[in-house]
Amino acid sequence: MVINSRFFNRSELLGFLALAVLLLLILPLSLDIFRLNLVAKYLTYAFVGIGLVLCWGYGGILSLGQGVFFGLGGYCMAMYLKLEASSVANTKIQSTPGIPDFMDWNQITQLPLFWKPFHSFPVTVLAILLVPALFALIIGAAMFKRRVGGVYFAIITQAIAAILTILIVGQQGYTGGINGITDLRTLHGWDIRTDHAKFILYFVEVVLLFGCIVAAQFIRLTKLGRILVAMREQEDRVRFSGYSVANFKIFAFCAAAVFAAIGGAMFTLEVGFMSPSFVGIVPSIEMVIYTAVGGRMSIFGAVWGALLVNFAKTSLSESFPQLWLFGLGALFIAVVLAFPNGLSGIWADHIQPRIDRLFASRKSKSAAGLVADGAPAE
Amino acid sequence: MSDETKPGLKSPLRRKLLMGMAALPAVSMLGRPAFADVPATSAVNTTGLAVTDSEVTVGILHSVTGTMAISETGSVEAEKLAIEQINAAGGVLGRKIKFIQEDGASDWPTFAEKAKKLLVNDKCAAVMGCWTSASRKAVLPVFEQYNGMLYYPTFYEGLEQSKNVIYTGQEATQQIIAGLDWVNKTKGAKSFYLLGSDYIWPRTSNKIARKHIENHLQGCKVVGEEYFPLGSTQFNSVINKIKLTKPDVIYAIIVGGSNVAFYKQLKAAGIDLSKQTLLTISVTEDEIDGIGGENIAGAYACMKYFQSLDNANNKAFVPAFKKMWGEKTVIGDVTQAAYLGPWLWKLTVEKAGSFDIDKIAAASPGVEFKGAPEGYVRIHENHHLWSKTRVGRAKADGQYELIYETADLVEPDPFPKGYQ
Repeated sequence: MVINSRFFNRSELLGFLALAVLLLLILPLSLDIFRLNLVAKYLTYAFVGIGLVLCWGYGGILSLGQGVFFGLGGYCMAMYLKLEASSVANTKIQSTPGIPDFMDWNQITQLPLFWKPFHSFPVTVLAILLVPALFALIIGAAMFKRRVGGVYFAIITQAIAAILTILIVGQQGYTGGINGITDLRTLHGWDIRTDHAKFILYFVEVVLLFGCIVAAQFIRLTKLGRILVAMREQEDRVRFSGYSVANFKIFAFCAAAVFAAIGGAMFTLEVGFMSPSFVGIVPSIEMVIYTAVGGRMSIFGAVWGALLVNFAKTSLSESFPQLWLFGLGALFIAVVLAFPNGLSGIWADHIQPRIDRLFASRKSKSAAGLVADGAPAE
Repeated sequence: MSDETKPGLKSPLRRKLLMGMAALPAVSMLGRPAFADVPATSAVNTTGLAVTDSEVTVGILHSVTGTMAISETGSVEAEKLAIEQINAAGGVLGRKIKFIQEDGASDWPTFAEKAKKLLVNDKCAAVMGCWTSASRKAVLPVFEQYNGMLYYPTFYEGLEQSKNVIYTGQEATQQIIAGLDWVNKTKGAKSFYLLGSDYIWPRTSNKIARKHIENHLQGCKVVGEEYFPLGSTQFNSVINKIKLTKPDVIYAIIVGGSNVAFYKQLKAAGIDLSKQTLLTISVTEDEIDGIGGENIAGAYACMKYFQSLDNANNKAFVPAFKKMWGEKTVIGDVTQAAYLGPWLWKLTVEKAGSFDIDKIAAASPGVEFKGAPEGYVRIHENHHLWSKTRVGRAKADGQYELIYETADLVEPDPFPKGYQ
């Protein structure tokens, strides 16, 4: 138990440092700005993955609708950026200057009420965090209080993803429809399209990602995290012990939603647009796949999963434009069949023991004769 | 028809070239460029594009996987054919075209990512690509930021104009107005029922159609307007409404797989297209392949190209296409427009005497392509094409029979006054 009560145990600390070195030093120094921007795009899915580890890996709540929250965060950011790009000077060609171009195409002559708050940056940041949290709260309260769980919950989240996509596509005067919100230019007057801005945004995102990793780790290690695991294993026993299972589930679901929303907002900044194709069922399932490949029990695994799967996606599709989807599909099947715990499972089963042995042998050399106080616990 | 073929036949050299095209790919082995008059790379490429003394690299960016693959494959095939023919005829400024193909995967951010890769990483001198409006909207900021040149083949909703895009398909007014005038004049149509898939292109097109019907056609009116989600297969309720309102014309802008359900249900409901006039701007020969010719026979389509066009250019193009991609392939409007992309680019580069994007953007207006399968096209100042509007009638064998074509080229007008 000694090691476990620390914030990070040794292997987690190692994982944290390895990721930090990779993301903060190796990648920025070795990649050109185009590839670095791609890595930034991949990492936005890591936010979703971290949320899924908490809610699915630990809480046992499989959500197939994380795209909804990713999209909500992304759309909030996109609305702010779009309003800034739609200044009267930029849009004088339109019949109503000063509103986003797609509204003008749809004969809307006045900015809709729900767009107005997004003129303000602080409100936008709050909205990115609160809108998805509130939405998750409503869904969670409606489902978990009625003890809807497991497969039914997964199906309902998927239905919500489908509904939201249809809503966004259908209300194109207000949302940009299937094209999404495109042609975003500046953030608070700062041009986000330049290489320099992309470089800075990358670091902002990595810092946010580590913030989320630490927050997720914190949740995992508190009593709350233990109750989540207990709930996953024996829900009734936790309920009979006097805990409100529903409230804990709602919390995990909301936390996952907020992480996904941060990812979505960063996605909008990195890629420069937002569209309903990130909200629907397919992207939501892809996000679960990243997490599964990385290992749903491991926060770092989720980050690696998002990075590697997306990297494979890019490089396979560049080399084999017509066949790459089959290759990727085969990769998923292979990973899930051979390593049910994903990449982190491979790490824990095959690489971790070697490192442990290395450390153990060093320790026994240096502390020969003394009581081995730091021997692997549990 | 007859004046159609004239521009293509004016020069005997052009005719020889066209016959040469038909004999591909055997010619490609022989047609090495002459090295004598190849201009120096430093002179024709001042901005670091992927141009060497013997080669120039272009990108092809379409979906070859995902839901759009079925539509975009034809465009890829047409572009590859054009590139092969250009290489066989000596290349561009004495340089062979090499292409890098990327897959947009029917996914808009992937399009943006791949566009950036083609421009930043591969330094492509031009990119032929995109199909849906959503994918074009996603890549447009990339092309503008990195100063690339995109040749976009699809008929689309207009409301856009960019220095960095040449639109080789029709913008909405070119496809709509002449067709409505025709149906009004020859069929005496007074009432119209507008249908569409629910996204920007059908909505904008129907908006233009409605304005034209209500403001420009004497005594005509729109009796209904409805939209369906992409991929929708339930049309029974709207078909019942059509039966009740009995419009003179069903004006349908339904896209993709929904078409199959729509035309089958229309037939099943007893609406006979040989009696009920139906005008569509979204069904090309490619779609009929999926719908089944017997289900849509009798419907009218308003396009700029049909595979059955009877002119010398098209008579060389269709066999060359089939020779390269198989006897069974069909060629729709967009496929032909995609074929124009590499040729227009070649002609523009040669007019500008340079591969530099700024120079070809400036040289584009006025570039004319006399070898176009649709006849003759010219680039307008607004980077769209002057082209004719044609009405065809679907036959049971999946081909269109040309019924009407405008006498002159129709001017592209992406921001139509009075139609917005």
